[in-house]
Amino acid sequence: MKKIAVLIALACLFPLAMHAMGQYFYIGFATRVLIYAMAAASLNLVLGYGGMVSFGHAAFFGAGAYIVGILAVEGVSSVWIAWPAAIAVAALAALIIGALSLRTRGVYFIMITLAFAQMMYYVFVSMKAYGGDDGLSLPTRSTPGFGIDLRNDFVWYYLVLALLAAVLYLLHRLLHARFGRVIGAIQENETRATAIGYPVYGYKLLCFVISGAIAGLAGALIANHTGYVSPSLLHWIQSGTLMIMVILGGVGRFWGGPVGAAVLLTLEEVFSGSPLLGDYALHWQLPVGVILLLVVLFAPQGIAGLVKKKSAFA
Amino acid sequence: MTGILFLEQSLNGLQFGLMLFLLAAGLTLVFGIMDMINLAHGSLYMIGAYLMASFVQATGSFWLALPLALVATALVGAALEVTLLRKLYERDHLTQVLATFALILITNEVVRLVWGPQSIMLNAPAGLTGPVELPGGMRYASYRLAIIAVGAAVAVLLYFLVTKTRVGMLVRAGASNREMATAMGVNIQRLFTAVFALGAALCALAGAMLGPIFAVQVGMGESILILAFVVIVIGGIGSIRGAFVGALLVGLVDTMGRALLPIAFAKMFSPQVASNLGPALSSILIYVLMAAVLVFRPQGLFPARG
Repeated sequence: MKKIAVLIALACLFPLAMHAMGQYFYIGFATRVLIYAMAAASLNLVLGYGGMVSFGHAAFFGAGAYIVGILAVEGVSSVWIAWPAAIAVAALAALIIGALSLRTRGVYFIMITLAFAQMMYYVFVSMKAYGGDDGLSLPTRSTPGFGIDLRNDFVWYYLVLALLAAVLYLLHRLLHARFGRVIGAIQENETRATAIGYPVYGYKLLCFVISGAIAGLAGALIANHTGYVSPSLLHWIQSGTLMIMVILGGVGRFWGGPVGAAVLLTLEEVFSGSPLLGDYALHWQLPVGVILLLVVLFAPQGIAGLVKKKSAFA
Repeated sequence: MTGILFLEQSLNGLQFGLMLFLLAAGLTLVFGIMDMINLAHGSLYMIGAYLMASFVQATGSFWLALPLALVATALVGAALEVTLLRKLYERDHLTQVLATFALILITNEVVRLVWGPQSIMLNAPAGLTGPVELPGGMRYASYRLAIIAVGAAVAVLLYFLVTKTRVGMLVRAGASNREMATAMGVNIQRLFTAVFALGAALCALAGAMLGPIFAVQVGMGESILILAFVVIVIGGIGSIRGAFVGALLVGLVDTMGRALLPIAFAKMFSPQVASNLGPALSSILIYVLMAAVLVFRPQGLFPARG
């Protein structure tokens, strides 16, 4: 509990510290990290806790982003309409894709979720009215009313932080409620869970839909954050990146998603933007790839697993 | 006119399908025998194409460079297997995804450092640059015919290798039951290295042959990798025969869909609807095909494990 209070305090103080140092760029960067932390946490729910290796999670992330983008272009930019719509559409997409995909298992589940995500990718590529290949610029950030202006980077940062905290709290409660226990039992032994009498398929589908809905919210946030949506948000590389974040942070560990998102994005930022590296910064993928490989070889449980191991000895 | 278009697109589809088969054959064996998800398979395809470009420049001859590129890429593949991938066989699929994703990042950057960021255009070999007249009066690019011939020849060779030789028998034994094969005294480790090197060589062949048609560039492996995965899932993981059928299906459906669907839609709908719907549906077609196959045959068309 104490650790979480410290974490929240640090997250709250971060923009003020950056403001004091005049480093406004890093407030935007930190907001991006928080948004990806939410997306990665949602993937960790199905991947780590549900045992379903979804290789198409970017579909829900991208769908949420596109709904906000399309509504904004059509003149609807209210937070209270656009964001619930993004969550609902992402959840609906997850319901349909999940209902069909959960009939398969193992590698075939990985591939079929990938296939559906690719289908959605091409649907958005072909929507010429909404930018097609080139994507879509949002005229403005969503408006919440009550005199709040989300275009202010501080307000925006704190709103995203509050939403991430709410989502993580919800996930924490969910995983420690009956739902979480059943999901855990299913992941451990599906046959046994069925034999005990749980509706396994229904629980897995519910898990998939909740995860998709959260990813949709994260998508709505990223659309607002960058002011731009494009099909690349749904590309399989994006699904892969979210998966890499979860594996890097720690599969099935509560902080796995957020830690992985923070570490991967920070690595990218350090190696791609650093004035220290000069022209070599163009080749940022090389050091990032090497570090990922080292994690695989020396930290099999991800970064969160590393911390756990250490504290067990302390 | 439509008849000729249809024939031309079938040949294009056949040519693309055969090249996909070269990629999928290696991928399905690695997946089926070693139970390893190798996202970096597409990187070997890219490395093969780049090595080919360098060897063509060095030797000045397409047909001299080809075997050199195959051998070099096979060596790269074997080296990767011995130094790194071997450590991953016992790990779970997610770890393999992370590790091979890292390999994609690394190889992309190494290629960019060695060959520069610009894409390279390979030239078709001398003598195969123009079109030929086919029986029936159709003109078709001779180089594409050569690709079909090479692809078909390799498919036949692979068929004999897998079904008629001792090595092929070991490969099939490994694919259908790895533990049993080990128990019967098969040196699985050497077999794995050999299979991986062979897969790399096939990647290089596809990369080299497709070089004059697509540009040789960083990232070329990622787009085709997903197609190769679709192929092996449709065919059934671990089955060469499945990879062959799946590759031809995907090649034909993808090529024909792209060429014919927009024409069909133009006749049925208003031009505006057709110009939106045609490209969308034709890009989606192979994924619909895969989803449909999985719904009816969850193990693919030719499951390797009984």
